[in-house]
Amino acid sequence: MLALFQYDFMLRALLAGLAVGCVCPAVGVFLVLRRYSFLAETLAHVSLAGLAIGLLLGILPFAATFFTALIAAVAVEILRARENLYNDALLALAMSGGLALAVVLFSYSQKLGVDAMGYLFGSILTLTPGDLWLITAVAALVLAAVAFLYKELYFISFDEECARVAGLPVHKINFVFIFLVAGTVSVAVRVVGALLVGALMVIPVLIALLLAGSFGQAFRYAVGTGVAVTLAGLIASYYLGTASGGTIVLLAVALFVLVLAGSRIKGLLQRR
Amino acid sequence: MKVVDIRGVSYGYGQNLVLKDVSLAVEKGDALALIGPNGAGKTTLVKLLLGLGRPVAGEIKLFGTAVEKFRDWSRVGYIPQKAIAFDKRFPVTVEEVVLAGRFGRLGLGRRPGKEDHRAVEEALAAVDMLPYKQNLLGRLSGGQQQRVFIARALAGRPQLLVLDEPVAGLDAPALEGFYALLARLNREQGLTIMIVSHDTGAVARWVNRVACLNQTLLYYGEPEQLLSGESLTALYGAPVRLVAHTGRL
Repeated sequence: MLALFQYDFMLRALLAGLAVGCVCPAVGVFLVLRRYSFLAETLAHVSLAGLAIGLLLGILPFAATFFTALIAAVAVEILRARENLYNDALLALAMSGGLALAVVLFSYSQKLGVDAMGYLFGSILTLTPGDLWLITAVAALVLAAVAFLYKELYFISFDEECARVAGLPVHKINFVFIFLVAGTVSVAVRVVGALLVGALMVIPVLIALLLAGSFGQAFRYAVGTGVAVTLAGLIASYYLGTASGGTIVLLAVALFVLVLAGSRIKGLLQRR
Repeated sequence: MKVVDIRGVSYGYGQNLVLKDVSLAVEKGDALALIGPNGAGKTTLVKLLLGLGRPVAGEIKLFGTAVEKFRDWSRVGYIPQKAIAFDKRFPVTVEEVVLAGRFGRLGLGRRPGKEDHRAVEEALAAVDMLPYKQNLLGRLSGGQQQRVFIARALAGRPQLLVLDEPVAGLDAPALEGFYALLARLNREQGLTIMIVSHDTGAVARWVNRVACLNQTLLYYGEPEQLLSGESLTALYGAPVRLVAHTGRL
């Protein structure tokens, strides 16, 4: 087991996994409870287009991903508010539009010798020290913002109208939250890949919701589960020789099924 | 002292006005029932009062300050329409819900302290829900949930409590207890109350002011005069016969 830690690439992967496993559910809790889970999935797909633009123009992939995700999220929010259109349909529009743009742009980037697979499914084992710093710094910033706005984000998620009447700057906080989601997606794409980011933001939260007896517990359980499945998935993928992103998400799905079955059995026993 | 002062307020788009030239005032210690048929503009008036929209004409003052400039929202407690229609899966305890009533007072980024937790306990005790502090809100009865939302509104120690049709979904005994609680808060704590309701007869038994609204203000005064006069017929556009009930079927 300890042999794992003698490789620099594996240490970097574990540290990045710790950061992403922590930040994804910390933001995901508010997305799920606001029934906005699909936003993470959409932004992850849109971020692929950002990656492709970044690769073609020689822009730092994180910056390209972040700004593309941010622009898409803000555009969806504006269209939803001003045009009175259905939110889920707008998210589907952004997702398919982003993915289509990414496919077209990646066909160009392949001519430049760029492999899209690493961005689709993650490539945590190839992180450079610079990548690790960036991921850690962004995750720390997002976590600090979530900690600072924790009570406000909770109140808005539970009862937005009353939060507004209480004098909270709901519009501004919602805008900051979009930044946080875009930042989280941008760093998580590097670790688990665009196709699996949504899973890491949602599945730990679903597991936590099955177990929690309060909002505080739901938040803590979600973050704990996110960290646990990410680290365990990374270690498992190292020994099994499987793709890290897929292994992490499969482990999270397996844990969800296990917890769901456990809670059902507990419910049946309590009824007897 | 006027807690709420609404003067010549109109609201709507173009010719389609939901509210036309409405004026009324709520004095400190008053319990005012705002009644009227569906679509009369009651909820719209409440939303304007809470700064959730702007009238096309007229002005609204809260505690003497124009609502657009009013910042001291902790003086106002609010229970929205369909409060108990929240997502029952939301994992939140009674204590967490009521604590949110302190957030406006606390300011951005500041964590609740001992004083806030004390205020939560007091508010829960006032509505007889202290023993349920650690319970999940979604697992309580409709009447208990409504009491929790009142506690949330009380936790900020407001001077004005605004309730927008708060009794939807409550059964008859819960309804009776709910009105008794509001009457007690008004009488014993001097809390100014403004309640939007369809239940004219039941509300009129404990409030000291009634405002009848159907786009315009049709009646504003004591409940006894409303119930004995013809304002209800004018309000609902058809002869109205009041049937007294005590909350028991």
